[in-house]
Amino acid sequence: MSESLKPVTAIKAPVHLEFSYTAGRASTRFLRGMAQGKILGQRCPECGKVYVPPRGSCTICAVPTDVEVEVTGKGTVTTFCIVRIPSDSLSIDPPFTCAHILLDGADLPFFALIQECPFDEVRMGMRVEAVWVPKEELGPTFESIKYFRPIDEPDASFESYKEHL
Amino acid sequence: MRDVAIVSFAQAKNVRRELDANEVEMVMPVVSEAVEQSGIPRREIGFTCSGSCDYLAGQPFSFVSALDAVGAWPPISESHVEMDGAWALYEAWVKIQIGDIDSALIYAFGKASMGDLPDVLTLQLDPYYVAPLGPDSVSMAALQARAYLEATGRSERDLAAVAARSRKDAKTNPAAQVTGDFDPERLLGEPYLVSPLRKHDCPPISDGAAAIVLASGDLARKVCKRPAWIRGIDHRIEAHGLGNRDLAKSLSTAEAGRRAGLGTGAVDIAELHAPFTHQELILRDALGLGNEVRVNPSGGPLAGNPMMVAGLARFGEAARVLMDGQASRAVAHATSGPCLQQNMVAVLEGE
Repeated sequence: MSESLKPVTAIKAPVHLEFSYTAGRASTRFLRGMAQGKILGQRCPECGKVYVPPRGSCTICAVPTDVEVEVTGKGTVTTFCIVRIPSDSLSIDPPFTCAHILLDGADLPFFALIQECPFDEVRMGMRVEAVWVPKEELGPTFESIKYFRPIDEPDASFESYKEHL
Repeated sequence: MRDVAIVSFAQAKNVRRELDANEVEMVMPVVSEAVEQSGIPRREIGFTCSGSCDYLAGQPFSFVSALDAVGAWPPISESHVEMDGAWALYEAWVKIQIGDIDSALIYAFGKASMGDLPDVLTLQLDPYYVAPLGPDSVSMAALQARAYLEATGRSERDLAAVAARSRKDAKTNPAAQVTGDFDPERLLGEPYLVSPLRKHDCPPISDGAAAIVLASGDLARKVCKRPAWIRGIDHRIEAHGLGNRDLAKSLSTAEAGRRAGLGTGAVDIAELHAPFTHQELILRDALGLGNEVRVNPSGGPLAGNPMMVAGLARFGEAARVLMDGQASRAVAHATSGPCLQQNMVAVLEGE
């Protein structure tokens, strides 16, 4: 094929955009709590569900969740998976455990890492607690919680979290 | 065709920079107000459709998280357009025409303050020959303004008059962002931004949200004293390449207006989604609106222009005038793309 018949397969079109994030009222409260080593959620005034992290609204009732609730770092693993696929964007080596954790007093599980536990011992219903970064490293970020680790408590019954899978 | 009407409208105040609320927190009060005003229980609304653009927030799927504001669990029937909310209204109108639902909630939101709006809008251009050159939205509008002024013999004074009238009318609109009494002659003394456009010829950059509830026939009559009936609605698009179009005219608006039934009678008011002063004049020409037609009594986009919202707000503002009984026939118009590329026209009537 002559040079002139080679297909043109690329052009350069660099795009650069910068954005400033607006956390919003609810997330701002939550992130400021993180900087103090506190976990702050919000309760729906209609159905009573507690959202952690709060997004400022109840997804069921579509009303503002304006009642602030502090919850502890203790919770229950509702489901989990063992990640065995390496990725450049991960800061830890596989295998490692990701879990959905339902904090005591909250109604919405969230995604977190489980560590200080052999990955083949993680199980649904396992009781865990948050491990925070050192106090001087706390900041307005979810990364103030490093990961969750098991605690010496009997497993939660399936009944207690089956609504939150 | 089924009779479909706008039965409620709510919008947030247009502001330059909403630093307090995120998108969900911005949308929720507006949706709640529109639903409450409609008198239709939220769970009985048959369909929800939204309009927004993820590029504005720089967050993929930001429209999905906005669903937190509408009570989408247990699952609702829902859709989204990556366009102005007016096109979400069109989708909902079509769905009601199909006949399986009687009501719909439409909402739109845009928080342009999170990024650099003119740069974001450049990305909607032809990605091979135009976008890499980086023309911003104001410069493209200025190309059109020059073409229009030269083609019609209109003057920059005519443009300043549009700006002054918009800002004056906006004084009575609590949602408006730019209001006040301005002498057109003094506006002409201001420096050019991108000639022939001055600052007053351009819309403000706004954060905002709006919501509308549509209802069909008997339901509309039951919940609303004076529904704003959509008698005709149509939208048309022109070529992507600006050079392929006559920028001094809006053929797509003229055709959409004709198909929406605009020519079948006089109109009292028109809410035109004309972000730039010269675009109001182009749209007036395209729709054949004479001086007797009051254009943008709300102040229009020159008084507040939240991206993805301002078109839907034109439908809401036109409907509000009809629902209040201040007019009996109105035009609502929405646009999308650079230099009035795509246009929607609806004819609304009070009872």
